[in-house]
Amino acid sequence: MATQLAEPEARTSNAPEAVVVRFAGDSGDGMQLTGGQFTLSTALSGNDLATFPDFPAEIRAPQGTLFGVSAFQINFGSTEIDTAGDAPDVLVAMNPAALKTNVQALKPGGLIIADTGEFTKRNLEKAKYDANPIEDGSLAKWKVLAFDISALTLESVKPFGLGNKEALRCKNMWTLGLALWMFDRDRAPLVEWLNNKFKKNPVLAEANIAALNAGHAYGETAELGGQLHQTHLDPVPSPAGLYRTVTGAESVALGLVVGAQLAELPMFFGGYPITPASSILHYLAGMKEYGVTTFQAEDEIAAIASAIGASYAGHLGVTSSSGPGIALKGEAMGLAVMTELPLVIVNSQRGGPSTGLPTKTEQSDLYQAVYGRNGDTPLPVIAARSPSDAFECAIEACRIAVQYMTPVMLLTDGYIANAAEPWQVPDVSAYKPFPVRFLQEPNGPDGTLLPYARDEKGARPWIKPGTPGLMHRIGGIEKNPGTGNLDYSPAAHQAMTDARKGKVDGVAKGIPAQEVTLGSDKGKLAVVGWGSTYGPIHQAVRRARAKGLDVSHIHVRHIWPLPENLGDLLRGYDKIIVPEMNTGQFKTVLRDQFLVDARPLNKTSGQPFTIAEIEAAIEGALA
Amino acid sequence: MNAIAPITTTLKDWESDQEVRWCPGCGDYAILKAVQRTLPEIGANPANTVFVSGIGCSSRFPYYMASYGFHTIHGRAPAFATGIKLSNPELDVWLVTGDGDGMSIGGNHTFHLIRRNLNCQIMLFNNEIYGLTKGQYSPTSRVGTNSPTSPMGSVDRPASPCAFALGAGGRFIARGFDVSKHLPDVLKAAHAHQGAAFVEIFQNCIVYNKDRFEDFAAPKGAEDRQLWLKNGEPMLFGSDKTGGTKGIALDAEQLTLKVVDVVDGDWQAAGVLVHDVTNRSVAHMLVEMPFGPFPMALGVIYDDPRPTYEVELLGQDAKAREGKSTDLSKLLAKGQTWTVEH
Repeated sequence: MATQLAEPEARTSNAPEAVVVRFAGDSGDGMQLTGGQFTLSTALSGNDLATFPDFPAEIRAPQGTLFGVSAFQINFGSTEIDTAGDAPDVLVAMNPAALKTNVQALKPGGLIIADTGEFTKRNLEKAKYDANPIEDGSLAKWKVLAFDISALTLESVKPFGLGNKEALRCKNMWTLGLALWMFDRDRAPLVEWLNNKFKKNPVLAEANIAALNAGHAYGETAELGGQLHQTHLDPVPSPAGLYRTVTGAESVALGLVVGAQLAELPMFFGGYPITPASSILHYLAGMKEYGVTTFQAEDEIAAIASAIGASYAGHLGVTSSSGPGIALKGEAMGLAVMTELPLVIVNSQRGGPSTGLPTKTEQSDLYQAVYGRNGDTPLPVIAARSPSDAFECAIEACRIAVQYMTPVMLLTDGYIANAAEPWQVPDVSAYKPFPVRFLQEPNGPDGTLLPYARDEKGARPWIKPGTPGLMHRIGGIEKNPGTGNLDYSPAAHQAMTDARKGKVDGVAKGIPAQEVTLGSDKGKLAVVGWGSTYGPIHQAVRRARAKGLDVSHIHVRHIWPLPENLGDLLRGYDKIIVPEMNTGQFKTVLRDQFLVDARPLNKTSGQPFTIAEIEAAIEGALA
Repeated sequence: MNAIAPITTTLKDWESDQEVRWCPGCGDYAILKAVQRTLPEIGANPANTVFVSGIGCSSRFPYYMASYGFHTIHGRAPAFATGIKLSNPELDVWLVTGDGDGMSIGGNHTFHLIRRNLNCQIMLFNNEIYGLTKGQYSPTSRVGTNSPTSPMGSVDRPASPCAFALGAGGRFIARGFDVSKHLPDVLKAAHAHQGAAFVEIFQNCIVYNKDRFEDFAAPKGAEDRQLWLKNGEPMLFGSDKTGGTKGIALDAEQLTLKVVDVVDGDWQAAGVLVHDVTNRSVAHMLVEMPFGPFPMALGVIYDDPRPTYEVELLGQDAKAREGKSTDLSKLLAKGQTWTVEH
């Protein structure tokens, strides 16, 4: 609840519940690294946290430019944290461009830490400043702590004889050192990390450690002068257990590995590089010992086609991409539906259409997931609401895929993929296995084989090529219910269309009833969300309820088919708002499925909702 | 091809119970029979054999084989085959594709499968036309082909499948045609090759491109118009009956091939080349050799194996697994962790 709190000047004795810090700099300044290490330090100190990395699509945008700014925001505290925070309390601006693009988000009275060494005439021009904002009084509503971080860094690493450019690269560690001091953190894990990172170049390790220490020492000295204060946030009370931080990309990869093992299957992952989905392929490529084979295909189509081929041969086939790549995979998804083979498709959504906003987040692929194929081609769709939830969702996707012999789409987004949060390491033995049984003997009358006979779930048998006596042919042409032989007859197409639809509809019988996440199961207003809007919706509803408003939060994981009780549940509220980072896609699905008056609350700026935006919508709806 | 004991089958064991639905007289029938004749001879096991195809007339092939079969989507059969082979390298994978499926919409995947050297057989049925969609010109159609989409004759330069496959890094390149009695031998050689074995099979589309290959495939005059390549033997064609024996020799000055007359059977004196299936430079010249001034090069043009994709990739997987724990709880708790106690 960072945004309601006092500024972080409070001393240890009067600490806030939570603080939002944003590190912003040039894409070459190492801000993502600084943020990542600060996150780890935060997690180790026992605070709850949520992060929001926000970086440009260009790998090395021209230095000092407005579009080359890379930022990393972290919200952390001694209470439960669900979002990366609305407005920062502290902004670390490594150059004028970083200040310009980020300062408006800073809370009034918030603290700006700026590196004056970068506020040169040339950099001010590149950031389109007519005058130096540090000197012209335009930052009056904030507190400004401006000093020459560049020079201080150069001074601190002087003994190591680095070139000017290399020495300046240590700036991010100097800044991190200062931040560690500000929040009373232990430097030891960072020192260990630096020694490990620069194992092959001990001089660089020592220089970076020196910069880190110098930044930390600067904090202590500055405090003596009264400019800067130290804040200590107590650890958040969490259930006992082992914890780590996890990003959505990591948790999806881990969930898929666990899901495949619960199915007792080796996993085959076919992928093609695309932002922000590639990191799932990176993680899995390093997990071969867990029965994972990864294949970097020549394109998105080959990635899914190879995964379907693997499923056909008896592996759990998985593919992953982002919107444009998912579009390319559409035809192959139809084949997986038609041949009724298990498959997990992960879509890390990004801003669209077309190439859109590769590094920014959006939820605009819901129609694509639910409807985006030729023909009547239903497949189950699941949406993760947070990095740690993505682990559970990945396992659920694997379960549905193998139990119903169907492709399953798992939706995450750029925010979930990149954001980190603390995660209680789950106990694997607590998950119920769902082992796959391949058909070994003919299943029809008189020893005949019926590859399209169905079990009580409507699923056909899974038959591995290589099994003696069960040779058969499958393909994308309509087939006879039962034998699977080519059959275009009206009766066959009607029966098979019904069977495919019935099977996917039936998935709803095997999923939990929809629960109310926060609030009561009827009332004046329900805020219905899906995916990564969980954090801001949850906090906004919490705040509104604290003010006495009759509002509940419902967060839907199973997008298709929807939970069986959802229609009745929604009808229990006078009003329904559906906040989405798109132009109203889930709202349309809810209206269509349940004829309820779901109202949209939309945002398509490539940025997550703020709590305040949703809170305002709640107040508006209940006014 | 696999380390599995050969089993005994007959042609009948490879015929599925499905009615064959190609046009009467289609060259596909002859290819189907050639494959069904070849498989018993190489001791193949129907339970271990998978035919994978894309879309087109040729791609209906798997339905007629009493093995495992996967009729996939247009152009993408190589990618499905890659997933199948990587998941179970013991399977004997045959790809069936056509000039439209494999050279146009799926050219990309054909290229990558060959470059990676996945151990499988690729049979590309080349009829120089789109048959299933009713006769449009294809990427291998000759310039000037009249079709519904090229009423004034096509202007596109045709692609040469064998030159493409060799250019992609192919290690086995062969050619045959539907009714040729040598086709089973070509298929056997392809099957014996460890790696991606590319076979272009000229196929007569009797409805939309009838007798397109008669100029070299017709029995009459075949000796003059077909150069059947055999490893270690001189590249000879023609006979005394038809105007004398001829051979293929190297024009060293032009760095091209040339046709030479062989007098009194003395091919050495005429400088006729001896076919060496591992000679990549000559293979490049043979696949580019224009029919007309030259005979059609048929048989195994190039055969020089190197390590296959699935062996190398799965070898890495095995190496990565050596001595490693597969304890999931260790995986989940990787990295920097902390413990909360109460």
